Amino acid sequence: MYKVVTKRFLNDAKTICLFEIEAPYIARHARAGQFVIFRLDEQGERVPVSVAGYDREKGTVTVMVQAAGRTTKMLHTVEQGDYISDIAGPLGKATEMEGLKKVCVVGGGVGCAIAYPIAKEMHERGIEVTFIAGFRSADIVILKDELREVSDKLIICTDDGSYGKKGFTTVFLKQEIESNIIWSRPQFDRVIAIGPDIMMKFLADVTRPYGISTIISLDPIMVDGTGMCGCCRVIVGGETKFACVDGPDFDAHQVDFDSLIKRAAFYKEEQDEAAKHICHMTGGKRNG
Amino acid sequence: MAAEIENLKAMGVKIVNNVIVGKSITIDELFEEGYEAVFIGSGAGLPQFLHIPGENLMGVYSANELLTRTNLMKAYREDYDTPIKKFNKVAVVGAGNVAMDAARVAKRLGASEVHVVYRRGKNEMPARQEEVEHAEAEGIEFNMLNNPCAILGDESGHVIGLQCVRQELGAPDERGRRSPVPVEGSTWTLECDTVIIAIGTSPNPLIRSTTPGLTTTRKGGIDADDMAHTEKVAVFAGGDAVTGSATVIMAMGAGKNAAYWIDEYIRRVNGEPKAEE
Ligand SMILES: Cc1cc2nc3c(=O)[nH]c(=O)nc-3n(C[C@H](O)[C@H](O)[C@H](O)COP(=O)(O)OP(=O)(O)OC[C@H]3O[C@@H](n4cnc5c(N)ncnc54)[C@H](O)[C@@H]3O)c2cc1C
Ligand code: FES
Repeated sequence: MYKVVTKRFLNDAKTICLFEIEAPYIARHARAGQFVIFRLDEQGERVPVSVAGYDREKGTVTVMVQAAGRTTKMLHTVEQGDYISDIAGPLGKATEMEGLKKVCVVGGGVGCAIAYPIAKEMHERGIEVTFIAGFRSADIVILKDELREVSDKLIICTDDGSYGKKGFTTVFLKQEIESNIIWSRPQFDRVIAIGPDIMMKFLADVTRPYGISTIISLDPIMVDGTGMCGCCRVIVGGETKFACVDGPDFDAHQVDFDSLIKRAAFYKEEQDEAAKHICHMTGGKRNG
Repeated sequence: MAAEIENLKAMGVKIVNNVIVGKSITIDELFEEGYEAVFIGSGAGLPQFLHIPGENLMGVYSANELLTRTNLMKAYREDYDTPIKKFNKVAVVGAGNVAMDAARVAKRLGASEVHVVYRRGKNEMPARQEEVEHAEAEGIEFNMLNNPCAILGDESGHVIGLQCVRQELGAPDERGRRSPVPVEGSTWTLECDTVIIAIGTSPNPLIRSTTPGLTTTRKGGIDADDMAHTEKVAVFAGGDAVTGSATVIMAMGAGKNAAYWIDEYIRRVNGEPKAEE
């Protein structure tokens, strides 16, 4: 059993919640870009979520989880001081940042929670970070202060203009690239984009003509997260890769987005159905 | 099984869950924590795929995924949250014990038709005779001498069929297995909504890639001698992690053998007398 030592909603709409969980093994090795798999109880699904932070001394790992399906909605009902039955990791490869000097990190929605620790680690290593954070509307904006702290330049935008600038991340990414060109050479040596698949696809289209190396973090459906089932396979550069061991970071210009987007929808019906059936009497907690 | 685990615990074995060796902790760190010997029994988990078009369509599973979802994560039970797709017509590619298992599980999960597709003939099937008979008794159909060449899908990316080429058996190879040769112009499509790939696994590279000093065989198995000792001092290994996919009986034997030699090793290191036979 693993204790939740901190729980905190990150936005007004309470769509995304932070959990700091006691997990010394994970805390010891976790790095930005990796993920963990948790299970609420014996009958629960195994859910992969990104490492949003860690405290090696305290032996805790932090995750930021959006209530999407049944299990994540149930997780939101877990309180500080409660226990969850399992959390394992860290899984996947950490984000590579060796030798980088100037990076533009783009997050969309809950993707900002995944991009935040990456930006933080880059900032700590002295890499210049421009962060573009996009949200649908003001009520779901997260991590304003934290993002400001770790970036040299922060642009927050919303689709409806209710917070920050109005517009999509693609527009601001293009602007940033354009305004950072010296002698026809883009100054960003990398763009890191994390968000909905469709957003990452369009961001990849933005950077392609400039030839800027672009990395995205994928979250296909997973089962074991250790390379045992092949459920998480994605096509990258014409080859089949397992996102849980070969990724989750991949070269955006090599990823086959069409098959990725189709596969992600595979269990959608079942998930929507299951989400409707959360037991309301127990407030979502099965055993209590 | 549960009783045996309780038994082990009663004997003083501590079981630590949710630790992925190589990720949560490395073998070298286990030694730093004071362990004197380490045994690796991590199995052969990495599923092989066919590398044919359509393998990423929706409705294509590795046998590992299907069996994990059903056996370990109990997708068939209402009180568990694991999702699994309802399927109707299933093609299982491969003809080993795992393929037989997957075919029978698919049938029991409610498939109306389950076909085993294999590129060689019935006599060449690696599955145990008994397993094949059980499968036949449960109504599994066998499409021998058919080599899958593509998985077909509809516009939304769901599987609608498995395209196969019929095969003939050629001359026996050096091991006496008659290798199949394609019959020209014999391409046909087996209609199905699910394809399960069960053509074998190889050892997971996670531990070997994070443990300096371990050496591996060409197929990715960990090198270990008759005493289960690897190339790395105080690290022992056995089971599928060494042999590649084999059997429960062999894995249990390997565990016993390793236990004996680990005991010997620790006695020797600590200058204690040999164990009584
Ligand atoms: C579907 C199927 C049907 C089969 N049918 C038969 C049959 O009828 N008869 C028969 O004799 N054999 C059968 N086999 C083969 C048999 O299951 C294996 O030979 C046997 O389980 C091997 O035992 P093992 O202890 O070496 O590995 P496994 O049983 O595979 O155990 C390995 C364990 O190590 C864990 N692990 C892996 N990596 C790590 C890591 N990095 N850190 C921590 N833990 C890790 C895994 O989670 C797993 O629990 C079948 C196999 C399958 C998949
Ligand atoms: S989740 Fe099973 S192989 Fe990646």
